[in-house]
Amino acid sequence: MYDVSELKKGLKIEIDGDPCIITDFQFSKPGKGQAIYRCKIKNLSTGTSFDRSYRSGDKVDKAQLESRTFTFSYESGDDFVFSDNETYEEVHLKAEQLGRNRYFIIEDMQVDILFHNGKPLDITLPNFVEKTITETEPGARGNTATNVMKPAKIDNGYEFNVPLFINVGDAIRIDTRTGEYYDRVSKG
Amino acid sequence: MDSIKILKMRDVLMQSIRAFFHSEGFIEVETPIRMKTPCMELHIDAEPSGSRWLRTSPELYHKKLLAQGADKIFEIGKCFRHGERGDLHHPEYTLLEWYRAGGDYTAMLADVAKILRAVGISTAWKRWTVAETYEKFAGWNPVENVDADRFDLDMVEKIEPALPKDAPVILMDYPAECCALARLKPDNPTVAERWELYLNGIEIANAYSELTDPAEQRARFGKWGEQRKTLGKTVYPIDEEFIRCLEKMPPAGGCALGIDRLFMVLIGAESLDDILPFRD
Repeated sequence: MYDVSELKKGLKIEIDGDPCIITDFQFSKPGKGQAIYRCKIKNLSTGTSFDRSYRSGDKVDKAQLESRTFTFSYESGDDFVFSDNETYEEVHLKAEQLGRNRYFIIEDMQVDILFHNGKPLDITLPNFVEKTITETEPGARGNTATNVMKPAKIDNGYEFNVPLFINVGDAIRIDTRTGEYYDRVSKG
Repeated sequence: MDSIKILKMRDVLMQSIRAFFHSEGFIEVETPIRMKTPCMELHIDAEPSGSRWLRTSPELYHKKLLAQGADKIFEIGKCFRHGERGDLHHPEYTLLEWYRAGGDYTAMLADVAKILRAVGISTAWKRWTVAETYEKFAGWNPVENVDADRFDLDMVEKIEPALPKDAPVILMDYPAECCALARLKPDNPTVAERWELYLNGIEIANAYSELTDPAEQRARFGKWGEQRKTLGKTVYPIDEEFIRCLEKMPPAGGCALGIDRLFMVLIGAESLDDILPFRD
C-alpha cells in the first residue's frame, strides 16, 4: 500500500483490481484545510483516463507489476510470439494488443513485457528500429531539408512521413515511441 | 526568466511592502523560529528541530507581543510546514504577518487593499461570503450544513477553479468550525470573522478578527488535539504562556500573507519552482 503522501506522477497503482498509472498529480491544501492530492489516472487495462482526489490518510494499492525481457520469435496468424530470455516460456500477443508497435517488431528483437498478475499488459520496444523504405515518391536530389516531409511506407504497410531526400531502398530508423522517422542509416 | 532579474524584482516588492508598513506606523519585529510547542491546528504539521519545532507561523509570539503592549507589528520571515510540496506549496516559505491592536478583520482588509495598490494590483475585488460562494459554485451551504471533509474537497475541486481570474476575490465569513484562532461573529456565531484573499484563483492571504477568549481558545486547542490524535498525528502540548497572554491581549485584527505566492502571481509565474532561487 502507498500512503497518499507517496503519490507522484508516473507511479503505478491498482484501483478496483485494475492496474493504473498516475499521469498528472497536484498537491492542494486549501487554507487551514486538509491536504488534497488531485490525480489524473489512466487505467492501463482499458486505456481510459479519469480524475480522482485523495485526502491525507488515504491508502492506495500498489500495482502488482512485473517486467521481463523477451526475444521476438515468430509471427503466427494474428499472434506475435515472444520467448522469455531466462525460462524460454512463450507469450502470445495479439496484433491489436500491440497497436502501432506491431509494425516495428523485427527478428530477434529484445522487448520488455509488463505483466499485471501474470497477464501481459504492455510492451516496450527498443527506442529505435531500422527499416527499409519500400514505397515513396522519388527523392528530390540535393534537398537535405529535414522539415519538408512526404509520405512513405515500409514492407509491412506502415505509413509515415520522411524528408524529401529519402528514396525507396533507403535504410532509415523509426522512433518507436512516436512512430515517426528519426534518421537515415548511412551505408558503408 | 533570469534568476538574478527575479531576485531584483522581488527586492522591489519587499521594499514596497516594508514602506507601506512603516508609513502606517508599524514596527518590524523578529520572533523565534524554533518554538517549544507549535500552534495546534488540525491540518498543519510542524517540522521537528531537535527538542524544538520550527514555527508554522509567528502568530503565537505576535499575540504575546500585543499582550505586552505592542499595537502595530509586522514580521516577514520563513515559516515551515511538514509535507507540503506542490506548485503552490513549499515546505519552507516566506510569510508576511501583521497585527493591529484594536482592529478587526475589516481593518485588515483595508490594509491589504493598500498593499495591493502599492504593488500595482487592482482592488476592484469581489467580496463574497463563503456561504454564497459555495451555494453558487458547489450547490450547498457549508454554514448551515457543516461537513469539513466536503468543504475542503469542494474548495479544491469546485470553488478555487471557478473563482474569477480577472479580479481579486475576498471570501469572507467562514464556517465557525474552520477557524482555529478567529473570533466568531458577535451577531452570528455560526460564522467566524475570517477572510481569505484570492488572486488568479490562488489563495494569497488569510485574516482574522483574533480570538481573545482564553477559555474558548483552550477548548479549541483541546478539540484539535483530540482530532489530531484520531488521525494519528502528533498532538502538540498547549502553550500555557500563550493562553495566559490572551487574558491581557486587546481585541486585534491579524493577517498572514504568502509572499512567495504574491510574487509568483505578480510576475505571472505558475509555480513556486519558477520564482524560488533554491528549491526543496
